[in-house]
Amino acid sequence: MTAAAPTPPMIRMAGVDKFFGPLHVLKGINIEVPKGQVVVVLGPSGSGKSTLCRTINRLEPIDTGDIEVDGDRLPEEGKALAALRADVGMVFQQFNLFAHKTIIENVMLAPMKVRGMKEPEARKLAQQLLDRVGIANQADKYPAQLSGGQQQRVAIARALAMKPKVMLFDEPTSALDPEMVNEVLDVMTTLAKEGMTMLVVTHEMGFARKAADRVVFMADGEIVEDSTPEEFFTAPSSDRAKDFLGKILPH
Amino acid sequence: MDLLSKYDVLGAFWVTVQLTFYSAVGALIWGTILAGMRVSPVPLMRGIGTVYVNVVRNTPLTLIIMGTSLGLYSTLGVVLTTKSDKDLLFLPSNNFWLAVLGFVAYTGTFVCESLRSGINTVPVGQAEAARALGLKFTQTLGIIVLPQAFRAVIAPLASVLIALTKNTTVASAIGVAEAAVLMSKMIEFDSQYLFLIFGIIALGFVILTLPTGLFLGAVAKKVAVKR
Repeated sequence: MTAAAPTPPMIRMAGVDKFFGPLHVLKGINIEVPKGQVVVVLGPSGSGKSTLCRTINRLEPIDTGDIEVDGDRLPEEGKALAALRADVGMVFQQFNLFAHKTIIENVMLAPMKVRGMKEPEARKLAQQLLDRVGIANQADKYPAQLSGGQQQRVAIARALAMKPKVMLFDEPTSALDPEMVNEVLDVMTTLAKEGMTMLVVTHEMGFARKAADRVVFMADGEIVEDSTPEEFFTAPSSDRAKDFLGKILPH
Repeated sequence: MDLLSKYDVLGAFWVTVQLTFYSAVGALIWGTILAGMRVSPVPLMRGIGTVYVNVVRNTPLTLIIMGTSLGLYSTLGVVLTTKSDKDLLFLPSNNFWLAVLGFVAYTGTFVCESLRSGINTVPVGQAEAARALGLKFTQTLGIIVLPQAFRAVIAPLASVLIALTKNTTVASAIGVAEAAVLMSKMIEFDSQYLFLIFGIIALGFVILTLPTGLFLGAVAKKVAVKR
């Protein structure tokens, strides 16, 4: 009876359903992501994996079910939701850097406006983070002046500046030219090794094999497989996963 | 020609400039607030914004300006000046500010609608990224969306500003001594110079509005957001 309360999972989704009009995009999703785990979500396009990622910080509200982040139920719109989002880092397919702000301003903005950090402190933090993702010398440029790979690394730095508990990646390399994919994946791999809890929606099988603790395979709005990368790539149990892997792995 | 020495043309246009300036500043602020209401997540705010814009935008300006004088001042006793009502300058000053209020109320709706189209040029991802970082609605709007929206609509806002400059002539309806009042006076006493008088007043407005358009057009190019 004296056992300490178990630490809550970083992300818990229970019975989550989501519709876009008549389209049932998430069907009874149940998943728990423990602290420190790196989960890669794979699946064909239209399988609902991006939507799943976006429901976790309520960029997409859900229709039924429960989502908890670090033990706290996702609040409705308002201050509480903003506070929760501040702790959940997100990286988008299209980078979404603020186009009218310089690179360093992009990184400094949220720590100052949301956390109330003073400017010199925020600048120092931003510089450290830009250094870490290898863009320190571009700090005063505007996003449009950087390559896609550089922009995405800045976007990661911007999310990290909030010291998030968990990072969500929504197809972070899908909009990149092939030669820029690795520079972004390298940053993500390092982050994974440092123990960050991550949920990564991607098509990068190499990253899934190398950095993931766990692979979740989605098709038609459902989680079809939930296993280790080793198991998933060598011995997928469902036909749909076999079909999916059959289509992409030979290349 | 002694028209220019006989009448205080510069003085009248100076009133026009002042009317335009205060109305423009007020309309930009009020229009921004209205735009914020119209894109707000709160349905009540959206409703109020929509009704206000559609009612005021579609009301003749003359009616609004008359309404400020006859309705607000004469009937409801609204006074917008610090001058006492025994002062000779009381009525001119009060009417001036009533007119400004009317122009702000009216022009704000056009500023709002321009801004709203500017907001539509800002990719959804910009606001999503801001929200994902924990910024509140007002911060997302004020720091991320509106600054980009403004840059996109400087040219249409210049049109609104030019229209406002010319609309200030409606203030003559409540006796604000601006350029149109002067024109009426000139025509009354020197009707033989009718076309010359028209020409002087028209030229005066062109001198005011043409540089506005050119200047803001250049600014629009300079501050455009590169994507």
